[in-house]
Amino acid sequence: MSDLLLKVRGLKIEGRSEETWNQIVNGVDLDLNKGEVLGLIGESGAGKSTVGLATMGFTRDGCRISAGSVEFDGIDLVNASAKVKRGLLGKRIAYVAQSAAASFNPAHRLIDQHSEGPVQHGVMSRSDSEADGIELYRKLRLPNPEQIGFRYPHQVSGGQLQRAMTAMAMSCRPDLIIFDEPTTALDVTTQIEVLASIRQIVEEYDTAAIYITHDLAVVAQMADKIKVLLKGDEVEEADTRTMLSDPKEDYTKSLWAVRSFKRPQKPAVNTGATPVVSVQNVTAAYGTQPVLFDVSFDIHEARTVAVVGESGSGKSTTARCITGLLPPKQGHIEFDGQALPLDYRKRNKDQLRQAQMIYQMADTALNPRKTIGELIGRPVQFYLGLSGKEKRRRVEELLDQIELEPSQYINRLPSELSGGQKQRIGIARALAAEPKFIICDEVTSALDQLVAEGILKLLARLQDDLGLSYMFITHDLATVRSIADEVVVMKDGRVVEQGPKTEMFQPPHHAYTDLLLSSVPEMDPDWLTNLLNERGVDNIGDAAVDKMT
Amino acid sequence: MTSILRIIAQRLLLGILTLFVVSIVIFTAVNMLPGDFAQLILGQGATPEAVEAIRKDLGLDQPPITRYFQWLASALQGDLGNSFAQANFASFVGADGSTNMASVAAQIAPRFENTLFLAGVTALIAVPFSLFLGILAALYRNSIFDRATNILTLSSISSPEFFLAYILILFLAVLNPILPSLSNIYADMPFDERLTRTLLPALTLTLVVTAHMMRMTRAAIINLLASPYIEMARLKGISPMRVIVKHALPNALAPIINVVALNLAYLITGVVVVEVVFVYPGIGQLFVDSVKIRDIPVVQACCLIFATAYILLNLTADILSIISNPRLRHPK
Repeated sequence: MSDLLLKVRGLKIEGRSEETWNQIVNGVDLDLNKGEVLGLIGESGAGKSTVGLATMGFTRDGCRISAGSVEFDGIDLVNASAKVKRGLLGKRIAYVAQSAAASFNPAHRLIDQHSEGPVQHGVMSRSDSEADGIELYRKLRLPNPEQIGFRYPHQVSGGQLQRAMTAMAMSCRPDLIIFDEPTTALDVTTQIEVLASIRQIVEEYDTAAIYITHDLAVVAQMADKIKVLLKGDEVEEADTRTMLSDPKEDYTKSLWAVRSFKRPQKPAVNTGATPVVSVQNVTAAYGTQPVLFDVSFDIHEARTVAVVGESGSGKSTTARCITGLLPPKQGHIEFDGQALPLDYRKRNKDQLRQAQMIYQMADTALNPRKTIGELIGRPVQFYLGLSGKEKRRRVEELLDQIELEPSQYINRLPSELSGGQKQRIGIARALAAEPKFIICDEVTSALDQLVAEGILKLLARLQDDLGLSYMFITHDLATVRSIADEVVVMKDGRVVEQGPKTEMFQPPHHAYTDLLLSSVPEMDPDWLTNLLNERGVDNIGDAAVDKMT
Repeated sequence: MTSILRIIAQRLLLGILTLFVVSIVIFTAVNMLPGDFAQLILGQGATPEAVEAIRKDLGLDQPPITRYFQWLASALQGDLGNSFAQANFASFVGADGSTNMASVAAQIAPRFENTLFLAGVTALIAVPFSLFLGILAALYRNSIFDRATNILTLSSISSPEFFLAYILILFLAVLNPILPSLSNIYADMPFDERLTRTLLPALTLTLVVTAHMMRMTRAAIINLLASPYIEMARLKGISPMRVIVKHALPNALAPIINVVALNLAYLITGVVVVEVVFVYPGIGQLFVDSVKIRDIPVVQACCLIFATAYILLNLTADILSIISNPRLRHPK
């Protein structure tokens, strides 16, 4: 078949850990025709990126291709010399990395990095390549395309960098581009713009692509066909529509089902009930830089208030004000109707105990040198004054509550746990203080969807059992849909809209809420196309946000 | 840029404070040494009257605190005082003790110039050489070349300086008489002659300082090789040498600059052994001789020069590190 561009057969990859080689990819086959887009999905550890890089004949340090073949346009990339591979990389096969901010060299301007490939490969002269770069920036709808290339990476926003990186991948007009989770780190309104740009340019130049992601709704918009990976094994492959409407394997079905977890809306709170936490007209600043403006909302007993907004909207700062880490300049925080001292240092132990926090990165929030028993036992001892047998019994009780077998886990170190288990320990540590109120700061955003769902279900159950109130900080509207009772939408340090979940997800919305909601990719493969047709390319994502302000 | 200027101003002020503290420490330390100039110069057979006369002449009969503040007052006016030894010598030949010849500044100036010359020649050889070796070692990391370079530079830094000096003399002056083994240079010597005579001590010092700089270059570069932008450069099909020089090195400059500055400071302050071996008239020898005879004004001045060299070189290193960071050079 003359259209076949990439042919991978029986690809096995080994990774080195502690002096032994372990297989991490167990024989993957892959065919890609010219101009075709393949979506590669799976959870972290599935081997997506490893396979993606291997199709370029590249393995990271500590990995090696142990068996199988990778043929690109008839060239055997497994056995090719480093020089032959260098001739292809960048020129005929290009790569777009997950974090553009980390993958652009901080020491050079964008356009210099853009034209490096074409000049080094002898495809274009420097001036031609720079002119072409500006043209590509324009096509990718970067603002100010003539000048943006002359900036350094730190002077450009994340979404713009991701598009500049796509332009850089296009600089030699490659036959194949590997997109490695290019939008995972972006806000939804930024993501949608980047997705639209990538899709447009890949279509325009008829470039084949492998699109790696863990987000099914994203891959549905981008790919012609989808391959699902699980722990280095291929689960199944089918064209996008078939895969979405009729997945064959149980694992694929379970992935598809994740987004369906939804709690019923709780009845409205009695008017006049005292809220557990009441944030009243809070204004705060970092130094002289104001970040919060007149923020007010209430959190009632056994309810979950989701605070949503993009990065920089003031969600986490609000949490810092409630906990007293950042004393507000104006306004106050009430707990059960009593005003709390603004600075945490002035709060007594009981006031501190009542509000606990669970963090986004369980990895960094747990002391790596303490065992699980010590980590959970510390707040038990500090707040409740238990010790010895009593303390141990309480720790075991807490481990039971988070569905981890106490005898198995109590003496382990955090490094011996998976990401989801670590997050459960974070929850147990918060529960140990027996609080009434817990702030959950993006607790599921670093986790795979199946694991995240487990955490959400656990939090929901604990709320029902213990009558906890949650403030749930997130940028993921799917999470909001599944567990929130009330929603507070924040933008630029202000609350733009708040109300019960059912109302928030029903029109009419505030224009910004509407934009946020409409930017969340849906599982329908025509979603992006329809949205673009409906609103026009200039009325989606950040471009539309800019118009509003 | 205003922030950089503010940093420079702050550092200079702190530097002046440091110099002040250093002068107190040195003055106290020298005073705590047994014996003083008068005793040491007259020897054990001297009459107490003679010793007392010299003491009185030099002001050594005053309490230390008075002497320190007298010295400080004149130092602040730019006068580092007169050397005890020179003043004494001057009075022997019948000259007035306060002539130019006896002033500390006149005595130190030519020596310090020689030291700067030696440090400069060494730096011109050692810095490019170390960077080059470091880059190659990073490029061919864990290869035979890398290991050999590491072993050789580490052996040379671990050997005593005089030993390295004698080995170089053996090979470059005795067995193959290419370079002179004595480096006694004069003020009115032609430049090329001066350079040839300085070369052997400079090479010795190069062997001493290369290891630090080379290993820091290698480590700083290798440290960056796991970063995403290096992987990106490799995935663009860029050659390994270009990846290191163009993509890793510019981001590794800050730690390298700091180690270079530290080694340059060492070249100015710590080379007395090499000076002695090659009979090079640098400031190190003058310093040691002055300590021996408790010539406090000279010791004091030398220490201030050394401290100033450290402060200025570190300040320069800090500024260059800041400038090497594009985030600070090009704010948003």
